[in-house]
Amino acid sequence: MISRFFHQLGSPRYFYRFSGRLIPWLAVPCAVLMLAGLYQGLVVAPPDYQQGESYRIMFVHVPSAWMSLFIYIVMAAAGAIALIWHMKLAEVIAISSAHIGASFTFLALITGSIWGKPMWGTWWVWDARLTSELILLFLYLGVIALHNAIDDKRTAARATAILSIVGVVNIPIIHYSVEWWNTLHQGPTVTKFDAPSIDIRMLIPLLLMAVAFKLYYAVVVLMRARCELLERERNTQWVTELVESK
Amino acid sequence: MNSASSSTAFLLLLRRDLVLAFRRRAELMNPLLFFVLVTALFPLGIGTSPELLKAVGQGVIWVAALLASLLSLESVFRSDFEDGSLEQFLLSAHPVTILVLAKVLAHWLVTGLPLLIIVPLLGVLLDLPGDSIKVLMLTLALGTPVLSLIGAIGVALTVGLRRGGMILSLLVLPLYVPVLIFAANAVETAAAGLPITAHLSMLGGLLVLALSLSPLATAAALRVSLS
Amino acid sequence: MSYENTDNLMTLEGQGLECIRDDRVLFSGLDFVIEAGQTLLLEGRNGSGKTSLLRILCGIRLPEDGAVTWCGEDIFSLGPVYHEHIAYVGHRDGLKLDLTPMENLAMARGLGCPNPDASPEDALQRVDLVGFEDIPTHNLSAGQQRRLALARLLVTRAQLWILDEPFTSLDVHGIELAEELFHEHLFLGGMLAMTSHHAVKLDSARVQRINLSA
Repeated sequence: MISRFFHQLGSPRYFYRFSGRLIPWLAVPCAVLMLAGLYQGLVVAPPDYQQGESYRIMFVHVPSAWMSLFIYIVMAAAGAIALIWHMKLAEVIAISSAHIGASFTFLALITGSIWGKPMWGTWWVWDARLTSELILLFLYLGVIALHNAIDDKRTAARATAILSIVGVVNIPIIHYSVEWWNTLHQGPTVTKFDAPSIDIRMLIPLLLMAVAFKLYYAVVVLMRARCELLERERNTQWVTELVESK
Repeated sequence: MNSASSSTAFLLLLRRDLVLAFRRRAELMNPLLFFVLVTALFPLGIGTSPELLKAVGQGVIWVAALLASLLSLESVFRSDFEDGSLEQFLLSAHPVTILVLAKVLAHWLVTGLPLLIIVPLLGVLLDLPGDSIKVLMLTLALGTPVLSLIGAIGVALTVGLRRGGMILSLLVLPLYVPVLIFAANAVETAAAGLPITAHLSMLGGLLVLALSLSPLATAAALRVSLS
Repeated sequence: MSYENTDNLMTLEGQGLECIRDDRVLFSGLDFVIEAGQTLLLEGRNGSGKTSLLRILCGIRLPEDGAVTWCGEDIFSLGPVYHEHIAYVGHRDGLKLDLTPMENLAMARGLGCPNPDASPEDALQRVDLVGFEDIPTHNLSAGQQRRLALARLLVTRAQLWILDEPFTSLDVHGIELAEELFHEHLFLGGMLAMTSHHAVKLDSARVQRINLSA
């Protein structure tokens, strides 16, 4: 019963049509929210009493860091679905997510490092969050490398699914161990939210940006998945018909 | 199939792999030599002042052991894959997880255990105090089996690839981070004269977790690699 | 020994099997049923998917579509329970060249459901390898190694033998030995699923041929 439901939802042809209609409905709110978030964050929100204006990079850094973890979990969940129900669509979503997730992780690392420069006086500190994020980037790159190394797409999808599930089990352990290692080696560093409660004028743009990033991910993952599906299904009738009708 | 005959299969496979390793005993030295060589490179690279060596020695030995274990692990399923034995394991009447466990255990006994035994020698090379060497061996005893178990997943995923070696390290090294952190810190803490029960419990916990989950993932990965 | 005692209603059934490799549909909508004493003989050109189909029957490879059932149950849900009933000799012999023939057979026996009626010694005798018990397998010729691989079939109680080109590198004498084993296995109620470039001497009434090139 459940598998039949997934089967229909996962039909590449159905998904292609459905997602094509869905994308504009996600892209427009994404653009609106992102503009609103940037305006609120860069203009409306007051300067930080400690860090002045430089903290404003947070409105990109923090949502990116959230997304990096969120996308990994989505990827592993899609991988698990692909493994259990042999669903092509889930395979495609998983690998499309890997590339986007790696980009967000990279963005979080870069912005973290830029933010760190005025705070710590150096581009890179072995701060617990940055270190965890760096390891997360390697986990993503491992998934992508494994996917590229295996010629058969379905085998590649199942192999990366196993790897990302193993990764998801490990992420909390890695995170905890790095945090623990950090407190031993660094002593307390300047945490990024040292105020007991964040100003509401800062929180609003942060949340706006977070939602905008989520929508952005949804749009891009659908677009990538559509491309990937067309390529994989290029020998099927529905793709031939689609190409001929264009 | 009952569990009694599954444990027979476990012992049979363990014995088989030990016999095979014994018949190729010349190769047993290779990971050990690698371990010693990498450790010996560090004083050449960073200088030989005793304080420096004392400060980084334990970490160096742990990283070298980690690399040696990873390199030797690459072969754990290789020959079985090439001659078709691996297919036979997947078609066995026993759970593949049990067979995986036997293979990893045999592999650890012939490549991981010797690393432990040679550590005192390296400790002397890097001028480590006797207590540190003891703690080092203890953490290696708990930590290297975890490395083997986690690494086996990566090896199983890459065994069908022509050039799997580089990818294997990319897949597995990030997963090794917690083991390295807890183990290297235990040695450091012990050197400062503080108790290390917490570190050892963490390593023990990781070992239990790896023992229970890694064979499942490895078996699944082997199925994918052979399909 | 008769297999009929252990399982009266043995059937291996393929339903709507489809296999795709590198974007090429090797076969699709493939159906067959074989029962005790019957043989499934796969024919077709190189690369037509014979080996892939055998590996699907083993449960090593997933079919793109369709299912294989053993006595009415999907082989993937049966898992090791299904594997108790099968023995596979593939392209590669699955032998450890550093072990002796006896050690190889002991391992094969331990991995499956041991056959109480055939010890490793008996199996070696059946494939005419007496006298080679204790020398390393790499000293055997290719044909002898193939015979040793076939001896693996005898040491477990597998009812379904899945064989990929079993006659490769066997000489005339070796082929006769192998055919004798197959006949006896079928006579006792076993089943065969195999590919072969050689003509196989089998009772044609009990052979189902599938031509994958057609």
